Amino acid sequence: MTLREPVITVENLTKRFGDFIATNAITFDVYKGEIFGFLGANGAGKTTAMRMLCGLSVPSSGRATVAGFDIYRQTEQIKRHIGYMSQKFSLYEDLTVAENIRFFGGIYGLSNHQLQSKSKALIERLGLQAERGKLVGELPLGWKQKLAFSVSILHEPRIVFLDEPTGGVDPVTRRQFWALIHEAAASGITVFVTTHYMDEAEYCNRVSIMVDGRINALGTPSELKQQFGEPSMDGVFYQLARGAKRGD
Amino acid sequence: MRTVKFLLQKEFRQIFRNRAILALIIVMPVMQLIILPLAADYEVKNINLSVVDHDHSPYAQQLVAKITASGYFRLQGYHASFKEAYRLIEQDKADLVLEIPRGFERDLIRNGHQQLFIAVNAINGTKAGLGSAYLSSILRDYNDGIRMEWIAPTRFRPAATIEVIPANRFNPLLNYQFFMVPGILAILLTMVGGFLSALNIVKEKEIGTIEQINVTPIKKHHFILGKLIPFWVLGNVVFTVGLLVSWVIYGIFPQGSIPAMYGFISIYLLAVLGFGLLISTYTDTQQQAMFIMFFFMMIFILMGGLFTSIDSMPPWAKAVSRLNPVSYLVEVMRMIVLKGSGWADVFPHLGAMLGFAVVLNGWAILNYRKKS
Repeated sequence: MTLREPVITVENLTKRFGDFIATNAITFDVYKGEIFGFLGANGAGKTTAMRMLCGLSVPSSGRATVAGFDIYRQTEQIKRHIGYMSQKFSLYEDLTVAENIRFFGGIYGLSNHQLQSKSKALIERLGLQAERGKLVGELPLGWKQKLAFSVSILHEPRIVFLDEPTGGVDPVTRRQFWALIHEAAASGITVFVTTHYMDEAEYCNRVSIMVDGRINALGTPSELKQQFGEPSMDGVFYQLARGAKRGD
Repeated sequence: MRTVKFLLQKEFRQIFRNRAILALIIVMPVMQLIILPLAADYEVKNINLSVVDHDHSPYAQQLVAKITASGYFRLQGYHASFKEAYRLIEQDKADLVLEIPRGFERDLIRNGHQQLFIAVNAINGTKAGLGSAYLSSILRDYNDGIRMEWIAPTRFRPAATIEVIPANRFNPLLNYQFFMVPGILAILLTMVGGFLSALNIVKEKEIGTIEQINVTPIKKHHFILGKLIPFWVLGNVVFTVGLLVSWVIYGIFPQGSIPAMYGFISIYLLAVLGFGLLISTYTDTQQQAMFIMFFFMMIFILMGGLFTSIDSMPPWAKAVSRLNPVSYLVEVMRMIVLKGSGWADVFPHLGAMLGFAVVLNGWAILNYRKKS
């Protein structure tokens, strides 16, 4: 990271649901081209924070910009410059692989020429040539996730948000998935990813760990391991999350 | 506009891939139009009549013969006492009991008047009301018959009678199907349009794809248009299928302007689809949407003037029915199909429907939120 140009800036961002403070005054920056791991136990407030940054949820207070746009007033501009893949699988299962690519590419405003060349390249990269005409619902979960990720960056967004992208996926596919993430980061896309797998946290440039709505640790994996005197990210996470009062 | 093209492509692909829905859209109108008009027939036939004849005279027999010959009544049998006949009513085997008193013929001839007793099973109100009306009318006719029989030969003081001969305009034979089929077609269109659109967005909410749509730069009105247009097209297809069915099976062909009819249907569909979309923006699951839609459908249908005349409702109900889009469609369908109305006649309805369409769709767009 030579340039350290921030693409996401977050300052005291808070979201309340009645008395419940889902996200409590979190502050951090994410830099261009980095893979930012956003960790936390279930119920720590990760998804809420991510939804606010994507313009799906209105914050209660605090400030944030995504790709230089304000998350209160410029959500529609933000949406042009981000990709999003949620924990809940979100391609259309009753459309084929090729139709999904065409649809999502199309609504992001890709030209017909771009659609053609990009979907061809995507299908080849994922090795889905034989499955192009298959309904997405018929694909195994791992393939669906890889496809969903590839579709979410088809329009070359500046940032892609991944909400537990590898949940329920086998280790081999997870490794392939992370290869895709690294490829995307290398091409300049900033990756903002939540995960529960600590081996995945090791793949990130920097990670933050949320506990009960607050960010309790932030740094590179090696910094955090040193800070908490633990040999692995597993140990770091366990030390922090043990004190959590909220659970599922 | 290019976004709308992609949305439409997606919707049509999904619709044509869902064979069950597709079959339902075509099979439902055909089946309903074949079956429902037969059931929704107000003519009451097969009224079960039981007779308690204490007289056993030729006049009494003539009377019963006249009643059964009318075709509306089915004689369940003669009974010795009213009590026995009443038991049949209690067992729901008889709808009417006619009691002919002892000395019916004798007193009728001697005193010039006589009384008959009719007991009606009023559990089925329509059957009871119409049954006793039919029976009274047959009795009056019978009465006139015997008066003429006595008076005619003497030519003395011919009784002045007023006879009313109605002419049934637009449906001379009072064919019930002519009346019901256009109305049933109207209901069908409402159901197909309303339910399909209400369930569609909610389904996307349930499976989570709406979230994916909401993080894209799709504009709200583009998204709503992408949902409206496919169902609008489907609605027109269903309507055309329905028109063909009623032509082929019932020989009902619109007497009035067909362009005016399609013009009205086009606007009507926009209104109904808008209503479905509005419901889908307020609900989170298909189950909720289904129940809410059902609640409104019941009101729309029962207060739509299909089964009962809106004119005979109390003033407040009449006012409510003006807020019911179905009532306009039922009226317009009957006007164009039976009465032969054209553009000018349905103009006020068209205006009202345009209002519904704008308000409902506008509301749906406003209430559709891309964020929480």
